[in-house]
Amino acid sequence: MSVLEISGLHAEVAGNEILRGIDLTIASGEVHAVMGPNGAGKSTLSAVIMGRPGYTVTAGSVTLDGVDLLALSTWERAIAGVHLIMQYPTEVPGVSLADALGEALQHRGRDTAGLSELLKAEADRIGFEHRFLDRPLNVDLSGGEKKRNETLQLSVLQPLFAILDELDSGLDIDALRDCSRRVEELSNDAEHPLGVLAITHYSRLLNELRPDHIHILVKGQIVNSGGPELAEVLERDGYAAFIDEEDEPAESSAPSSLDDLFKM
Amino acid sequence: MLALADLQLPTADAEIWRYSRIAELDVSAFSIQRGSLDVSGDSAVLSIDADADSTIESPDVFAEYNASHQQTVCVDVPADTTVEEPIVIEFQAEDGSATFPRTVIRLGAHATCTVIERFRSAGEAPSLTSPLLSIEAGPGAKVTYLAVNDLNEVSWQIGHQLISAGRDSSVRLSTITLGGYYTRVRTEATSKETGSEIEQVALYFAGGDQMHDFRVIQNHVAEHTSSDLLFKGAVQDHARSVYTGMISIDEGAKGTSANQTNRNLTLSEGAWAESVPNLDIRNNDVRCSHASTVGPINEEQRYYLESRGVPPEVAERLVVLGFFDEVLSRLPDGTIVDEVRDRVARKLSIGVAS
Repeated sequence: MSVLEISGLHAEVAGNEILRGIDLTIASGEVHAVMGPNGAGKSTLSAVIMGRPGYTVTAGSVTLDGVDLLALSTWERAIAGVHLIMQYPTEVPGVSLADALGEALQHRGRDTAGLSELLKAEADRIGFEHRFLDRPLNVDLSGGEKKRNETLQLSVLQPLFAILDELDSGLDIDALRDCSRRVEELSNDAEHPLGVLAITHYSRLLNELRPDHIHILVKGQIVNSGGPELAEVLERDGYAAFIDEEDEPAESSAPSSLDDLFKM
Repeated sequence: MLALADLQLPTADAEIWRYSRIAELDVSAFSIQRGSLDVSGDSAVLSIDADADSTIESPDVFAEYNASHQQTVCVDVPADTTVEEPIVIEFQAEDGSATFPRTVIRLGAHATCTVIERFRSAGEAPSLTSPLLSIEAGPGAKVTYLAVNDLNEVSWQIGHQLISAGRDSSVRLSTITLGGYYTRVRTEATSKETGSEIEQVALYFAGGDQMHDFRVIQNHVAEHTSSDLLFKGAVQDHARSVYTGMISIDEGAKGTSANQTNRNLTLSEGAWAESVPNLDIRNNDVRCSHASTVGPINEEQRYYLESRGVPPEVAERLVVLGFFDEVLSRLPDGTIVDEVRDRVARKLSIGVAS
């Protein structure tokens, strides 16, 4: 049983504070969904957990079973057990899936014998055509194929926790179902249940991937947490229900006029 | 015979020598010698140390010296003849030598052959090699040529390649340059007759204080010819590279298709790459493209691999090898591809203080 704990997390990009105090605790086998409107800080959250260059953590912590992830570099975080499924998986010309995963497994101290068989078996499970296994990573793959490829990597690497950054963007309903089911299976694994943090704008992902916990992220803060019933509220009322109008003035910390500027 | 002491070096003021290290060359450090030559392949088409060939025009002083001191291998493939096995020319330069290897490849109508030429240093000290390659492809001939520069990192190479493609012929030129202190290749590839196709690919990777310098002309004289060029290079440490290319299309060369792509990775702060693609088009009925990039490793690609649990130096190695894969996949011979991949991987000084 492992725990990924995000505590009081503040982060900024190019001097702009995007995350303003996030608290989230995810245990093995749990599926958490973080939902929010555009600009809420969803992608920043996944980037900060994984250590993407250009993001600065100004306060708070992210730990995995007590280990300070923020002190580790990106690859060390991956090896510690956090896997990111990217919203837009990067094309890496000339680098094959097998080469990349071979290195990734080796640095986890795992055997790479039988990797190509494993890739084929996992490809079948996720509906990823074998001919795509020989392509350079993500090159000339459709949105759906890229997400199948990402999910296949998740299955092979067997992390403790997966962060799904907008898994549902850019893919068709079949691919969404196949990918979600595989993630669901992994989270229900009897021996090593995967902990999942699914970050999404739309509730359609939640029809496939049934989260135990839903958190509403607005302007860098979690404004509401609850069970699956929150998704129904969202479906009905949209994010408006969760945006506190009184917060608005506090939001605009940027000077709006010359007068404001002189007061600062 | 021209004496080395009389060699009038060009200066970097001339455009074609711009950015070069020609000002650093001290020819008095070398003496004219013959290199050791090891040639394998179908002896029926080979003449080694053949009589001096004087029919080839010399584009500059180094080619003139080559004409005067040439050590020549001729590959003459008669019409309708296919040479199955690649001809392999191993040339080795002694320390302190100035050598002038010349390879002349002539193919009769519908002849086919592959020639692989490799340049090495015998020792650790500097040498100057000034090779000249001439390829004349007859009608419908198919020729594949690969030059591998494995000279030590203190040696000089100033070479020429003169290509003439006859009617409906196909010429594939490949270059792998890893060696040399200053390695320069000037290539004039002329699509001389209708229907000819010329493909050029190059991989170069300079480290330490090396410099790799390519000057290439895709010269379209006849109509309905095509040429495709892909040069990919990397520089690290304090190394430098230059690519200047020119697609030149004559007034009469209608229906020409010509592409020119040069991409460079700068792997260290102190490394420098220059890329200058040019077009000189004098006919409107042509399809031409050119692309040129110089820049560091793509951060997104590195981050993607790192997020899978691949350490940064391994991610960088994979990305660099992936970058070169486009060239490697177009090399003629399967065995050399693995070797070049290994050597590029070993040469990467990522993580090593420079």
